Amino acid sequence: MRYTPHTEQDVAKALDVIGVDDVNALFADVPSELLDPVIDIPEGRDEVRLLQDLKALARQDDTTSPHFLGGGVRRHFIPTVTRHLAMQSEFVTSYTPYQPEVSQGMLQATFEYQTVMAELTGLPISNASMYDGATSVAEAALLAVRATKRNRIVVSRGVHPQSREVLATYVAPLDVRVDVLDLEDHVTPVPGDLSDVAAVIVQSPNHLGAIETLPPFGRAAREAGALFVTVSDPLALAVLTSPGEAGADIAVGDGQTLGVPQQFGGPHFGFMVVTEPLLRQLPGRLAGQTVDADGRRGFVLTLQAREQHIRRGKAKSNICSNHQLAAVMATINVAALGPQGLREMAEGTVRNAHALAERLEREGFDVLRGSAPIFAEFSLAVPRDPKTIRRELHAKGVRAGLPIPSEYGLGDAILLTATELTETHEVDALVSALKEVTS
Amino acid sequence: MTQTREDVPLIFERSQPGRRGVTPPVTEGAPLETLLGREHLRSEPPRLPEVSELDLVRHYTNLAHRQFSIDGNVYPLGSCTMKYNPKVHEEAASLFSDVHPEQDDGSVQGTLGLLWHLARDLSEITGMDQVTLQPAAGAHGELTGILMIRAFHEANGEGAQRRTVIVPDAAHGTNPATAGMVGYDVVEVPTGEDGEVDVGALRAALGPDTAAVMLTNPSTVGIFEGRILEIAEAAHAVGAQVYYDGANLNAIVGKARPGDMGFDVVHLNLHKTFTTPHGGGGPGTGPVGVKAHLAPFLPGPVIEREGERYVVQEDRPNSVGRMRSHHGNVGNLVRAYAYIRSLGPDGLADVAEKAVLNANYLRKRLEEQGFSMAYDRTCMHEFVAQPPGELRTLDLAKALLDEGMHPMTVYFPLVVKEAMMVEPTETEALETLDAYAEALGRVTRRAQQDAEWLAGAPYMTPVRRLDEVLAARTPILRWTPSEAVDAVQGEAAD
Amino acid sequence: MNIPESLRYARTHEWISELEADVYTVGISDFAQDQLGDVVFVELPTVGDTVSAGDAVAVVESVKTASDIYAPVSGTIEAVNDDLESAPEVINEEPYAGGWLFRIKPEDASQRDDLLDAEGYRAVCEEES
Repeated sequence: MRYTPHTEQDVAKALDVIGVDDVNALFADVPSELLDPVIDIPEGRDEVRLLQDLKALARQDDTTSPHFLGGGVRRHFIPTVTRHLAMQSEFVTSYTPYQPEVSQGMLQATFEYQTVMAELTGLPISNASMYDGATSVAEAALLAVRATKRNRIVVSRGVHPQSREVLATYVAPLDVRVDVLDLEDHVTPVPGDLSDVAAVIVQSPNHLGAIETLPPFGRAAREAGALFVTVSDPLALAVLTSPGEAGADIAVGDGQTLGVPQQFGGPHFGFMVVTEPLLRQLPGRLAGQTVDADGRRGFVLTLQAREQHIRRGKAKSNICSNHQLAAVMATINVAALGPQGLREMAEGTVRNAHALAERLEREGFDVLRGSAPIFAEFSLAVPRDPKTIRRELHAKGVRAGLPIPSEYGLGDAILLTATELTETHEVDALVSALKEVTS
Repeated sequence: MTQTREDVPLIFERSQPGRRGVTPPVTEGAPLETLLGREHLRSEPPRLPEVSELDLVRHYTNLAHRQFSIDGNVYPLGSCTMKYNPKVHEEAASLFSDVHPEQDDGSVQGTLGLLWHLARDLSEITGMDQVTLQPAAGAHGELTGILMIRAFHEANGEGAQRRTVIVPDAAHGTNPATAGMVGYDVVEVPTGEDGEVDVGALRAALGPDTAAVMLTNPSTVGIFEGRILEIAEAAHAVGAQVYYDGANLNAIVGKARPGDMGFDVVHLNLHKTFTTPHGGGGPGTGPVGVKAHLAPFLPGPVIEREGERYVVQEDRPNSVGRMRSHHGNVGNLVRAYAYIRSLGPDGLADVAEKAVLNANYLRKRLEEQGFSMAYDRTCMHEFVAQPPGELRTLDLAKALLDEGMHPMTVYFPLVVKEAMMVEPTETEALETLDAYAEALGRVTRRAQQDAEWLAGAPYMTPVRRLDEVLAARTPILRWTPSEAVDAVQGEAAD
Repeated sequence: MNIPESLRYARTHEWISELEADVYTVGISDFAQDQLGDVVFVELPTVGDTVSAGDAVAVVESVKTASDIYAPVSGTIEAVNDDLESAPEVINEEPYAGGWLFRIKPEDASQRDDLLDAEGYRAVCEEES
């Protein structure tokens, strides 16, 4: 395939206008020993062959079996209209809205996104998105270090292991210490002395699925001059205590559950919402409301002096491209479902997760639950290495068995997840497969 | 884009209490108060839009109509590579959208195989030994790359000694911002009269304290750094690593490889060279390629081939660590794979040749319209022009909007006054470039006659020139119900 | 271009007043505010901070630029102009009066003598404009 429109006559005309004989003359600045290397990749192909090849690959993926995987990415209902509207070519094929007069569509959608996230989190100021949940946790920690001028981060072990890994990567070159709070009875104990702490980071529902009691962390952080960072599942925020109510200074998380396809883990989007005093420390883009020359409402990218293209070495973050389209998709999805629809999905998730846990208990499995309630997930003891169990469950046609890392001290265990889409026949298949692989 | 001047209310302002759009499947059962306990539930529901599905469709269709796009018209933003995004890529991506990242390897051999082959293709295209697909954007790739360079120096016992990163003064802002995030001091070296980095100044800046030199090639002014081999050699001679900012790879893709130029680390912007859509600002995707000596430091996990099977390898003792959740922006990686496999090696070289041909053609056409060039020489895929006389770039950009065309990148790079950085890309036809040059010439001639008209432009766009000072001095960053009430009352009072 | 004779200037466009009750007042010049354009935000130092001449101690932001403000002399920050937080436009309107940024108690008052006088500073501005 070629997407270049040039006819032979076009090339000849262009060369004539430029005043050279040959296209290669335009590459004269490139040292000749570097030019035209052999690139060992397959020859190009037409659309039919291309799609045949891709479909052959896609057929090797299991996308239809009963599904009990979670750990930050879940299968939820995504209305057809969400994808249809988000994938309009004007949204898909536009650039960052540097010329606001012709970018009101994206800018207004971004302003709506910021409002949606502010409402869900109960905090006032949302940026226009981060890459994902894990990087938003890391950026929140860096923000807290900047804002408090302290260099110790306390993070709950209930924060997704991958988020903590990314946090460790981001702070490695800096003089920042990260301490991990072990879970007790599946939830995070409120830490004692926070007087030298920049941020305490707690995820709810946490990685074991338990809903944390957040307000005591907010109070402890406030008293010690530390910032309280919550890591949230935004769908759960349709019903659960909001970070704002819990006294959080920064709410972050991954937005996948708001209507972004699983896509093997990306692209999703991360969100970051903060209190007023932290506005100037916020990384990433912001859409703001203003007026045009005729006094009519319009939207622009604003407070850009925080960002890398202006502040360069002193920017709050190096983030440039964000995950705009996924954030807009989530905004459309939220509006498609409305507060009632989101609530019903959250309710369905909770009910199905509880029903699944109860069913497994009735069937004699060892469901590992603490005294805190669960939202969508819980862990289950298994008799052998959980990775082996996962492989065997998949081989039996059930997508389940996300291993719980040994750091949680639960022994061999897997994380099971339900959503509003979980069906009875799927649960039956899981129970039967589990019986076979664990007997 | 429809040039409608009608206001589009916010989706929140269309909301009617109790109105419903799409209903999800409902699961009957105990109330949440019973299942979770009242103390875990929010005291008030979030104030989210309540609209019908048709309300929703009208709203976001109208917003889309107020959005300029590459599908609508030419969008020659310099350094952004706004080329056509083939529709077949969307079909390709949808084939892989329902795979969960924690599925057992055996149940995702298609996706894993695709990713493995893509990484190999990108290694081959860049001349590097290994590629990670994890980074979510170009800047994220930069962070990955500079962290790897830091880990390399640490492993050699030189971590404490190497404290600086050298960047040209014309570099993208992300370069110094990235170096800053990794705790390095930034040393800027000037751009010479010819548009290439001042090699004398660069040599003088190199020393035992240099961790890395970050370069874009061709540079941000669209000029190929002809002395790149010498620069890389000088950097390596003092033990520094050479980093390639891949934002401008479109100029040379298929024609020359950063790996052959002596670069140790390369990041790519798949949303530029490999035409994954920009989506109004993202998601991007920023794979990073390295030479073998840096491969141990690549972020985990990596995908490996064992016989005929693809496996996720998580055990990486020397890795800089994980850069993000899961494996990368797979939806975009699929699109890039589709692009590379559609074009093949010849098609990729054709991209660079036509991108450079188009840029030089448009450069000549703009010269005919009275624009001067910041660097009067053959350019690569983009060039930096300056407006004639005392005209300001910003005003011309706004006036061009009324011609239905998108301006070039303005005021970048910072080293050129009134910079207009133009990158037409290879997918535009010569007639389109002619029309662009003529439109820019037309508004320039009128601007020279009528300063008042110019200052008021644009006139035809959905909104007119926006007050960015007001937006920054009095930030309004979300809709609030009370404000809506105030606005209505304000109008009534008028 | 307004360059008061009574002030001294840094090449980086800060002005510094004459000594008044052991304290200098610092702001940015008329030329600097004009180059920046409409100021939208000011980040001020903390009262009590000890700074060295040449340290970046404040930031003045316009829509498209952010400019570091450097301490013209070494000393202790005695006061900052809090009014600018709600009314940054005063820097544009009165750069030498209401738009002052901070007051500094110098370690060595004679450091001011190393700075440019009005004539010297005018030459710098002409070079840059």
